[in-house]
Amino acid sequence: MTQPSVDWHALAPEIVLASAACLVLVADLFLPRNAKWIAMPLSAAGIIGTLAAVVSLINTETTTLAGTFEVDAFSLLFKGLFCILGLIILAISFHYFRAGSYYQGEYYFLLLCSLFGGLVIASARDLISLFIALELISIPGIIMVALRKGDAKSNEGALKFFLFSVLSSAVMLYGMSLVYGVTGSTILSEIRSSIGSADEPLVVLSVFFVVVGFAFKISAVPFHFWAPDTYEGAPSPVAAFLSTASKIGGFVGLLVLMFKAFPEVADAWAPAFAVLAALTMTVGNLIALRQQHVIRLLAYSGIAQSGYILVCLALINPENPAANDQAFAAAVIYLAIYGIMDLGAFAAAVAFARRGGSYFISDYAGLWQRSPALALLFGGFLISLAGAPPMAGLIAKLFVFAATIEAEVYWLAIVMGVNTVIAAWYYLAVIKKMFFETPELDEQVEVPYLMTAAMGLAAALLVVLLVYPPLLTNLADRSVF
Amino acid sequence: MSWVDDWGLTLTTFLPALGVVVLMFLPNRETLVKITGTVFAGLALIAGILCAVRFDYSRGDQIQLKVDATWIETIGARYHVGVDGMSLPLLLLSVLVCFLCMVYMWWHIPEPGKTKAFFALVLLLETGMNGTFVALDLILFFIFFELVLVPMYFMIGIWGGPNRDYASVKFFLYTLFGSIFMLLGFLALWIHSGAETFDMIALRETTGNASELFQNLVFLGLFLGFAIKVPMWPFHTWLPDAHTEAPTVGSVLLAAVLLKMGTYGFIRIALPILPDAAVTFAPVIGILAVIGIIWGSLCCFAQTDLKRLIAFSSVGHMGFVMLGIATLTDRGINGAIFGMVAHGLITGMLFFLAGSIHERYHTREIADLGGVLKQIPRFGSVFSFAAIASLGLPGLAGFWGEMLALLGAYQPAPGLNVELFRVLMVIGGIGTVLTAGYLLWMIQRVNLGSVPDRFASGKGVFDVERLEWVSWVPLLLLIVVAGFYPALLTNVTADAVGGLAGIFGA
Repeated sequence: MTQPSVDWHALAPEIVLASAACLVLVADLFLPRNAKWIAMPLSAAGIIGTLAAVVSLINTETTTLAGTFEVDAFSLLFKGLFCILGLIILAISFHYFRAGSYYQGEYYFLLLCSLFGGLVIASARDLISLFIALELISIPGIIMVALRKGDAKSNEGALKFFLFSVLSSAVMLYGMSLVYGVTGSTILSEIRSSIGSADEPLVVLSVFFVVVGFAFKISAVPFHFWAPDTYEGAPSPVAAFLSTASKIGGFVGLLVLMFKAFPEVADAWAPAFAVLAALTMTVGNLIALRQQHVIRLLAYSGIAQSGYILVCLALINPENPAANDQAFAAAVIYLAIYGIMDLGAFAAAVAFARRGGSYFISDYAGLWQRSPALALLFGGFLISLAGAPPMAGLIAKLFVFAATIEAEVYWLAIVMGVNTVIAAWYYLAVIKKMFFETPELDEQVEVPYLMTAAMGLAAALLVVLLVYPPLLTNLADRSVF
Repeated sequence: MSWVDDWGLTLTTFLPALGVVVLMFLPNRETLVKITGTVFAGLALIAGILCAVRFDYSRGDQIQLKVDATWIETIGARYHVGVDGMSLPLLLLSVLVCFLCMVYMWWHIPEPGKTKAFFALVLLLETGMNGTFVALDLILFFIFFELVLVPMYFMIGIWGGPNRDYASVKFFLYTLFGSIFMLLGFLALWIHSGAETFDMIALRETTGNASELFQNLVFLGLFLGFAIKVPMWPFHTWLPDAHTEAPTVGSVLLAAVLLKMGTYGFIRIALPILPDAAVTFAPVIGILAVIGIIWGSLCCFAQTDLKRLIAFSSVGHMGFVMLGIATLTDRGINGAIFGMVAHGLITGMLFFLAGSIHERYHTREIADLGGVLKQIPRFGSVFSFAAIASLGLPGLAGFWGEMLALLGAYQPAPGLNVELFRVLMVIGGIGTVLTAGYLLWMIQRVNLGSVPDRFASGKGVFDVERLEWVSWVPLLLLIVVAGFYPALLTNVTADAVGGLAGIFGA
């Protein structure tokens, strides 16, 4: 057996990030207690370096590691997105973990490991590396959820997350082993070419198991039960991470698998995704209507938002390649915009809870008087999640609607339309609290500059993407497999 | 001046948005904020006027001052803007009313103050409204159409009356619901075009071979979006709430410009792109319009709140506009556009007055008011003038829109049921009598009679202020000019409307 050749440049982002993670872990050992925070700028430098490596790869298309690792427009887009999300998460974590003064070094190390998983999954092109990357995203996540050791909710959340994660991994692995059994390969492109001629019931069964496994990871209804409890118990920057970067990682894996390995048997899985999508957005939205806790509200809203992305997978039809490309691009666009706006909303919740520590929506009353900038940013992100201007949430929805109409799946378009109106109701309820009611406390809510800057960056990105969507849509178009 | 051809409309649309950005980074000093806001609205007004100057009125049916640039390439949406004789008057109405609102806001900002936010929201709203009237690409149109939601929602929610929570959310959700179905309709047109274009003009050529079912379904989607915005009976219930609770400037903008976005959508998008479906739906639209006229007028008789009364009168007036559109004739649609502009001027004026009455008497209950004319004669005269203009007195702007709409209904476009439209004309005619009835009754109760005891001291009750004059005189003048010389407006619209009515063979 010959040694596979390695294209080191193609691996540069991963190498930089992994080195940064190790550096952070080692540095933490030598940092005195009151200087542990230095781990954060170190991590930030690592992510910026990674971003630079990603940029240096632009327009590269190559595979390495014996065809298991591919660098293309798709993977680079998501690597870049993970870096941006990572930087914002660092910014909202800094004050949170420094004030709690617990496990700073460990936290940043785990966060970088998880992001590393995200980078790998965007490039993974065989079942094994896909699985490993997915576990790399979630296992550090489990530990991060449990970082608030003294808090029973944190422990409960971590335990739930752990059990669901292990279960879903087992189910997914079982499905993958069936796929290997049927096709005799773990490389996705080889699976694609041989799966069409394989024994049909077995193929359907194996795809079904894989999809269920992923459904847990992306918290699609009815596999969503862990998410709200885990988000609520976790340190809230970690919840922000789970709801955005980690979930997007799951979706990236799902997209790669479905479009690289199983497109020929889309007849078997697209209808399942249609049901999953309709259920996910409807149930997520309806439960969100009743939430009083802002993190739980965002958790359910995030579940509903996953539903819109699942719609794109439901549209796939082997007969209609043009519509499939549109659906794929729509999923990419939605993921990118969702990541930024949802992270922004979480950041605002973290910023608000920093003083007084409240997550209850009733405590947001009159926030506009107490901190105009925070209220404005939070309101903007919520409006964007609802899908109205002046931020890019509208563009994300527009592309999914367009793909749905192009694929002629009209009933899903109607379901989505009705859901958009339902969702607007609870987003507006929070905005109403912040802007239309008078505050109970006069005390100003001070937001550290770092957090304001992070949220401002997210908001600016979203406004720019509304005014000039091609910045993202052209990339998404190029990233279609 | 040739730069106006390329940049005029873009500047008119985006100068207010630029103003929002500038305001965001300005220190929160009252006068500075007011000056900045007014300057940007004024610049937009100047840009709008320059566009009107460059516009070639002899070619009113052509799209002019056009810009067509690449935008979202992957779906074929373009930055395509331009105006013709149908959209230019509405664009000018929008920039004018926004500027006058800015002037009015120097005089008065309602509780809880927050001048900067209020000015910024009006400017953001202006971008949405101007953009809607110049957009020639469906996606661009959709984004501008949606852009007005957020500022109006905040305006009602923050500066509104006691029931503002309910009114603001109802406004938002109702409009959002309609616009989603409108978007689905747009997307269906886009897919069907084959060329994958969202261009309003190009799409006209593509629907000819579409099945009847397709046309009707798409029309239904667009209808929902536009009819809710107009609002047509029975989708009108958000309007009285929104109007009553909104602050004065919000009501003015809502009545003067926002509602026109719905009727404009019909004549710019729904009718020309889906002419066959328009003929199918025209009787339904006509019937709903006439129900709206009668319903709105009857509701007016039952109102005790001055603002709510004017709000319901809007339902009636927009009913005339929709009746004009439903006739699919040259006369009817010219009348509809005239009605839109006239309603914008007159009802905008009435909402200004209702707001100013509230400032003076701290109530809008009609029963509590009386003798306004006696106590503050100039104010009372203006009030009577606006109310009489609203009831459609010949010689003032309100007359022509209603007259032309009814005249159009006498002889609707070929293919429409003549008997039905003549019945509608008669019922609409009864509506004009009802309109006169409630408006005169309103004048009688508010303006005439004796001053109630609680206001007899005259404390805080002052006549028209200087800034009020500045913001009102242009409207009052235009009401008279448009009334005496309607050709000023119909000459602009005639060619463009002629082209549209030509599709329907009338």
